[in-house]
Amino acid sequence: MSDLDKSELDEALDGAGIELPDPLEMPEMKPGSMGELHSFEAYPQHETDLGFPGERPDEWKDVVIDKIGDLRTRYRSFRVYLDSCVKCGACTDKCHYYLGSGDPKNMPVARQDLMRSVYRRYFTLPGKYMPWLVGARDLTEDVLDEWYNYYHQCSQCRRCSVYCPYGIDTAEISMAAREIMDSIGKGQKYCNEIIAKVHSIGNNLGMPAKAIIATMEDFEDELEEDTGIAIKLPVDKKGADILLVTPSADFFAEPHIDGLFGYAKVFQELGVDWTLSTTASEAGNFGMFIGSYENMRRVSLRIREAALELGVKRIVFGECGHAWRIAYAFLNTLAGPWDFLDPRYPVPQHICEFTNDAIEKGKLKFDKTQNDHMTLTFHDSCNVARATRMGDKPGGQFEIPRAVIKAVCNNYVDMDEDTIGEATVCCGGGGGILTDDLMDIRVKGAQPRMRALRKVTEEHGVTNMAAICAICKSQFAKVLPKYDFEMETIQSVHQLVSNAIVMSDAPKEDDAISKSKKEE
Amino acid sequence: MGYRIYEYTIVPAPLKIATTPAPTTTTGVVYRMFREVALFESLFKSNKWIWIFGYMFHLGLLLVLVRHLRYFLDPRFVPGIIWYGLELIQPIGKYAGFAMLAGLAGLWARRVLVNRVRYISSPSDHLMLALLIAIGVFGMLMQYVNPTDITSLKNFFMSLAYFNLFNWQPLPNNLFLLGHLTMVLALMIIFPYSKLLHAPGVFFSPSRNQVDNPREVRHIVPWAKALEDGSSKK
Repeated sequence: MSDLDKSELDEALDGAGIELPDPLEMPEMKPGSMGELHSFEAYPQHETDLGFPGERPDEWKDVVIDKIGDLRTRYRSFRVYLDSCVKCGACTDKCHYYLGSGDPKNMPVARQDLMRSVYRRYFTLPGKYMPWLVGARDLTEDVLDEWYNYYHQCSQCRRCSVYCPYGIDTAEISMAAREIMDSIGKGQKYCNEIIAKVHSIGNNLGMPAKAIIATMEDFEDELEEDTGIAIKLPVDKKGADILLVTPSADFFAEPHIDGLFGYAKVFQELGVDWTLSTTASEAGNFGMFIGSYENMRRVSLRIREAALELGVKRIVFGECGHAWRIAYAFLNTLAGPWDFLDPRYPVPQHICEFTNDAIEKGKLKFDKTQNDHMTLTFHDSCNVARATRMGDKPGGQFEIPRAVIKAVCNNYVDMDEDTIGEATVCCGGGGGILTDDLMDIRVKGAQPRMRALRKVTEEHGVTNMAAICAICKSQFAKVLPKYDFEMETIQSVHQLVSNAIVMSDAPKEDDAISKSKKEE
Repeated sequence: MGYRIYEYTIVPAPLKIATTPAPTTTTGVVYRMFREVALFESLFKSNKWIWIFGYMFHLGLLLVLVRHLRYFLDPRFVPGIIWYGLELIQPIGKYAGFAMLAGLAGLWARRVLVNRVRYISSPSDHLMLALLIAIGVFGMLMQYVNPTDITSLKNFFMSLAYFNLFNWQPLPNNLFLLGHLTMVLALMIIFPYSKLLHAPGVFFSPSRNQVDNPREVRHIVPWAKALEDGSSKK
């Protein structure tokens, strides 16, 4: 539902070939242009809730230096990446925040150097005796401020790690930097407040159990009105087969809710015995963004607790990007082993894997014309693309969501191949950046994706973009209008499924037919 | 250097962070690592210019080093086929030398002329290139301008190899040779304190050397296990 009317556009252009800007265009370098962007810092409460000090210790420089030393002994990534950079510059034009802002400190290598320069000063021979030679510098208040500003302009999307000859991952440095800053009480309000909400209430939104239950009941009413079927959204149902862990945004925001409806319809149609959980009412896990193993583990243990308590046999995750990274790559480490679950299924599965399985086995029917008013494209969310897998083969995380979309839509077009798949450009809102105090960099960071979208809307008549990440959906809903797109351009993949799915229990004119279907 | 490698070996990687799409088997990882090291796969995706110059330099360097082996190996103890290979590679050394210097020159030019690469460069980055170019230039000068007595040179290295430390054979009194050897020595000394650590580093990079099988196999390192065992929640 873009505001673009193709015939109007043709008229306006009058046949002239207007050059659309290249999504990956090299920006003009603007040193310091994002240097003042400082998101709200955490209050003491937001630190102590997470096990960090509430006040800055007097000897903070020693604490920081010790912490760098500590992380070097516990994280091979941190150790190897700080040593291995040869300053080749391959990564310099790969970060969407650099492409959108031109601030050179948003180039991945320069972002790492903010940390590397301090590491070299205190931990390496040349850094100690000839700092000027190797770009080493002392740790000062100004350096700390710079860390804060720029490590919260990294969404930890790992695009840089694809293009580095050694796979240096700036996300690892960003996570370490935030953990270091938290260790002296200089965390970010946005991330820390959210993590604290999960610890105390159970989800990022701070939605208590009663509210979740009431909301699901409202949704059940809405679904029954829409479909004529009593589609259930069970909560805390003991003995269910499948535990659905989904981002709390799916209970609250658009187009996320429509995705939730899609999952519910799929489960209903397949006759699956499933449940949500008020203990594990959040797929997301901001503990990863602040590099805190302990907090990340604490959040993910809720899922273990819920699975054990409810006696489920399978765990399925809803549409959420960084949540899927943690679910796919870390959950076994953090909260495993999962030997009490059904070994025939991977732990956990993604809802797209689940739905795609059913589609491949012919268990779901769709009326694709229900999505004919749209021409879809798909935004590969960064964490899904570069840190996970779906299915058995590498790259399934690209294939499976597209397969689901193509099963329910007639019109599908991919964006520029340099902007999708492993090269996908981040939405600009991940990694703790989805906050209003960072709107400037959010808008600039979204530029490559917005330009890529503009290309396919103009050249191929694309009207909508689907995604499987709650943060992407929220970011796009906010940022699309700033690029002259309608907010509703962004769709959930399972929203498309929900539009097209043909429910076999749907009331039909001929009662005899629907009755015999039930007996099948 | 051995110590550095040891240090890299004992630091754990607590989480599965392979950059996906990633191989799901160990064989796949070996293959991925081979493609990185032998073909510079990620660099090729990233930037064709750096790839061309970087590859020329590294391939040139490899061939030059292999050619140099004849100075350090005793033909009595080397299998015939290997020595034959060494003999074959001798003439290639010249071309490899030029390729190496061309690659280095290209890289240095980029570092000076491209403003975003200049921005991230420190004096040591420029000096490293200067050192490598100087070593190569001195080597080429010996090849073309002022050849050295390589028989005496071989005697020298063989006497070192057999630990004849107090009675080593004399080095030829050639300025280029002395300069070349001194600079190579300097390079070896700074190696473990410099970005040249990318050489072992690449093999230890978790984003490239991990197998993508976190759901199938539980990956947990000692300090994380200790954390788990020590905590009340499980």
